[in-house]
Amino acid sequence: MSLTDEKIKFLETKTKEIRRSIVESLIEAKSGHTAGPLDMADIFTYLYFHALKHDPKKPDWPYRDRLVLSNGHICPVLYATMAHAGYFPLTELKKLRKFGSKLQGHPHREFLPALENSSGPLGSGLSQTVGMALADRIDNGKTSGRQFYCLMSDGELDAGNSWEGAMIAGKERLQNLTAIVDRNNIQIDGFTEDIMPLNPLADKWRAWNWHVQEIDGHNFRDIDRAIGQAQAVFDKPSVIIANTIASKGVPAFERRFEWHGKPPTTPEEIATAREALKNVRTLGGHVESPHHS
Amino acid sequence: MSNLNSKLNPKLFDADVEQVPIRKGFGEGLLKAAEIDKRIVGLCADLTESTQMLAFKEKFPTRFVEIGVAEQNLVTVASGMAAMGKIPFVSSYAVFSPGRNWEQIRTTICYNNRPVKIAGSHAGVSVGPDGGSHQALEDIAITRVLPRMVVISPCDAIEARKATLATAKTDSPTYIRLAREKTPIITTEEAPFEIGKATTVFKSEMRNTNATTRNSGYDIGLIATGALLFKALKVAKKLDEQGKNVIVMNLSTIKPLDHESIIKLAHETRAIVTIEEHQIVGGMGSAVAECLGAHFPVPIEFIGVKDQFGQSGKPDELLEHYGMGEKDIYSAAQRAMLRK
Repeated sequence: MSLTDEKIKFLETKTKEIRRSIVESLIEAKSGHTAGPLDMADIFTYLYFHALKHDPKKPDWPYRDRLVLSNGHICPVLYATMAHAGYFPLTELKKLRKFGSKLQGHPHREFLPALENSSGPLGSGLSQTVGMALADRIDNGKTSGRQFYCLMSDGELDAGNSWEGAMIAGKERLQNLTAIVDRNNIQIDGFTEDIMPLNPLADKWRAWNWHVQEIDGHNFRDIDRAIGQAQAVFDKPSVIIANTIASKGVPAFERRFEWHGKPPTTPEEIATAREALKNVRTLGGHVESPHHS
Repeated sequence: MSNLNSKLNPKLFDADVEQVPIRKGFGEGLLKAAEIDKRIVGLCADLTESTQMLAFKEKFPTRFVEIGVAEQNLVTVASGMAAMGKIPFVSSYAVFSPGRNWEQIRTTICYNNRPVKIAGSHAGVSVGPDGGSHQALEDIAITRVLPRMVVISPCDAIEARKATLATAKTDSPTYIRLAREKTPIITTEEAPFEIGKATTVFKSEMRNTNATTRNSGYDIGLIATGALLFKALKVAKKLDEQGKNVIVMNLSTIKPLDHESIIKLAHETRAIVTIEEHQIVGGMGSAVAECLGAHFPVPIEFIGVKDQFGQSGKPDELLEHYGMGEKDIYSAAQRAMLRK
């Protein structure tokens, strides 16, 4: 799964477009979440434009990899990435959160059947992904080739259901499952370590028999290496703790939990966001885990 | 007993009527359904024997998933399996599933529209000595309120087996309510069962009626769900012997509700008693009242638990203590007739 310089350039350009689409759809919607969608744009772009086996023209292709979004509130990045990948026209993004829209405020597969799951209430996506991966193993053994990805937030690891899913994935040694945790260190009420400390986060996953990697979630080479390694591990589920910068791409909003659940609304905020996302720039955050020993 | 539907157990009113736990019918039905359809998988939350999933587990070990004591995980893993084309049956006690995991059922099963079948055992106070913490009295209310959810409360083990087999063939999220204790076998193999259809199980042979009666001549309609149908039938027999014209309906599917049959019963009897081992608030009686209030209002008396929790005891003494004994059903019928 190696990335050429050319592919990295392509992904960087694509991510810039996706970040712009996220911000424009949020401005239009006048409500929604900003921080998570912006900080997960690199990973979504990587998955949809490099790693996933999928066909946007045939979303129900049975042999596709499955991508389950557990923290549904970051759907602006899912929608923007799917639109850029060709699942539906980019113009749909203007209808985010509007009446009758495919793009519900939190993902609902009844309105957008290409989604693998509806979500919103936190903590349940990992278990659903476990169910998918288990079903695949029942039917096809350990070598079906299908990958099952669960994208999660750090905040939703407060929920017990998340850890129930982690426990059973470890028990069942689901090597076809990769969880990616958006470690942006914020949630609605504040910083995760103030609200409900998660550290030592990697150790928690290891304790449930997971293969654990901690990466810079804005660096395509890091992401690529981690996904490659996750798939190479044969007897365990894999978790990639992606250290990200909340609201990555708009420096004025970055790292601030206040941007978890609101869009740019004032003329100044809108201008700031648009200006920041104007140019392509390498967004590799070179984020170190704040608690790396 | 000519008043009794011919498809019912002919020995129903005998002292030695056969008694089998309703949950046993679920276990048999699941095993049979799984033999027919290999998409069926079973998941259990550390209650495999007690919820009667053991036979399935032994016969189909690779299609069984032990979840442990984690009911939220039970239904969310099942939702994921259903997303891949499986038909998951999940079992636990009703207090835990659909109790503890209600939101996960709402979002990952009903909102996602996944055909997960939830078997909730140990419903009602007749769980007995385990006490109030384990006696589910709210499960009908919290499942019937969910869009897309089908809610079935079989009256005996035979009906539970048929309901399990029938639900294995549908695409709907479904809740099947089961009970722990042995209860009388009311139906027979030949008795019809169809999801969404109520059945008349007792109908008095029409006698000359009081000239003042405004209706078609029946005095009272009893609508029961679950094992209490047996007590409803015994009360019906007594009322019939006293000269009353009685109809008893087995309402085993609570959702979708058989509006047509319920309205017809109200037309024929003009007074109804609903009988269930569940809170009166939000239960089967409430569903009947919603239907009749909108279409054909008649007096209704409700037999069920009156906004209380249960406690330890023997099944029958608990049923009587909480107002669900035969005497209670009998006096509710008298009250309903007086209110005509």
